[in-house]
Amino acid sequence: MRGDQLPRGTPGGATPSQTAGPFVSIGTAWAAGRDLAQEGDPGSIVLTGTVLDGAGAPVTDAMLEFWQADRNGRFPATPATTWTGFARVLTDEKGRYRLTTCRPGPVSSTNPDLVEAPHIDISIFARGLLQRLITRAYFDDEPSNKEDPVLGSLAPDLRPRLLARCSSGSLPVAANALPMYHFDIHLQGDQETVFFAPW
Amino acid sequence: MNSLDPAMTTNGVGVAPDPPYDYAPYRSTHLRAPKMPLQRLPAGAADRYGPVFGPFPIGPTDNDLTAGQPGAPLGERIIVAGRLLDQAGKPVRQQLVEIWQANAAGRYWHQMDRHPAPLDPNFTGAGRCLTDDDGRYRFVTVKPGAYPWQNHAKAFRPAHIHFSVFGTSFVERLVTQMYFPGDPLLEIDPIFQSVRDRAAAERLVSKLDLSTTMDNWALGYTFDIIVGGRAATPPDP
Ligand SMILES: [Fe+3]
Repeated sequence: MRGDQLPRGTPGGATPSQTAGPFVSIGTAWAAGRDLAQEGDPGSIVLTGTVLDGAGAPVTDAMLEFWQADRNGRFPATPATTWTGFARVLTDEKGRYRLTTCRPGPVSSTNPDLVEAPHIDISIFARGLLQRLITRAYFDDEPSNKEDPVLGSLAPDLRPRLLARCSSGSLPVAANALPMYHFDIHLQGDQETVFFAPW
Repeated sequence: MNSLDPAMTTNGVGVAPDPPYDYAPYRSTHLRAPKMPLQRLPAGAADRYGPVFGPFPIGPTDNDLTAGQPGAPLGERIIVAGRLLDQAGKPVRQQLVEIWQANAAGRYWHQMDRHPAPLDPNFTGAGRCLTDDDGRYRFVTVKPGAYPWQNHAKAFRPAHIHFSVFGTSFVERLVTQMYFPGDPLLEIDPIFQSVRDRAAAERLVSKLDLSTTMDNWALGYTFDIIVGGRAATPPDP
């Protein structure tokens, strides 16, 4: 329904984005660092990584927001449900983030032909970003990635850049250790992360 | 083509007048703006919809940045109020609005802020509230000072308040900044000027409002925020 949109530049048009700046933590830290699952919950995982700039330096002043389905692939129908699907993390002095969450299930959309492989949406806000960046972390050990419509729409050499890598690999995992998935975010460079338009 | 030229983020029907990622006058974009075109998600992707913020506890005075400390902060007390609306003009109800800002002297309560202006022990500069059923929010704070930054010689940011808002869907998430009317620094601020559409940039400037002003107490400014507009509905199939 593009005809419903207000013309650009009218008083009713959308408010433009501006950078979150280097001090984003002042206003947002109060709601940061709350995990979406506990370490003891069945099916819990850790998603962790580093945000890096075009010089390979860690981005220590970023705010990351995660948005994901629950383990059955469902998003919350109302804000009151216990599963919010939302988490916020501030990068540390080494540019790292860490989220304990559940591994989401495959996601069905309004389009029945479009079932997406399990993934976690990530929004990145920081100084130097005049708008947020949006990416997705998929799981490298997930067989249904092969049928995922988003991965499939990308050039083959770009697909691996959206895969979070399970650190245990083929090594045996201690019974009480959470599966740990590594997903670094490269704002620029040879391994620049694939970013998506928000609309 | 599934990918979008980053330049398209400031052009074309259905796209908000957001600033480009790569904007040379704002130096921090050099190493942080992505170089590859943005990719487009398929229509109907499920995670485009739905609320994106959970039931976090908001205190009754969390929207008063002058409260909660032993004394009153220094500077000019002001009221900042407005409505959070979607692209169709409908109020975004019971949704989170967060703000942060420098104190009246232009100093942030942050260890990385080296500006040699005084910290104010009575002002930490963070606030939050939920919109009401008309989409209204309201903050009591002090007018932030202009402050220098390292972007270029004699660079000073115009007085501003950082805003973070959630709409009703993933695509409506917005972080922006509110400015004050008549500020001569707006003309030379690369961050404000990064919004190339002049009318859109003007929507970042609050208005002095006598109906928000409280007699013998504080001037009022209004700042309405319109989310969405990137597309009134999710992209057509
Ligand atoms: Fe600022």
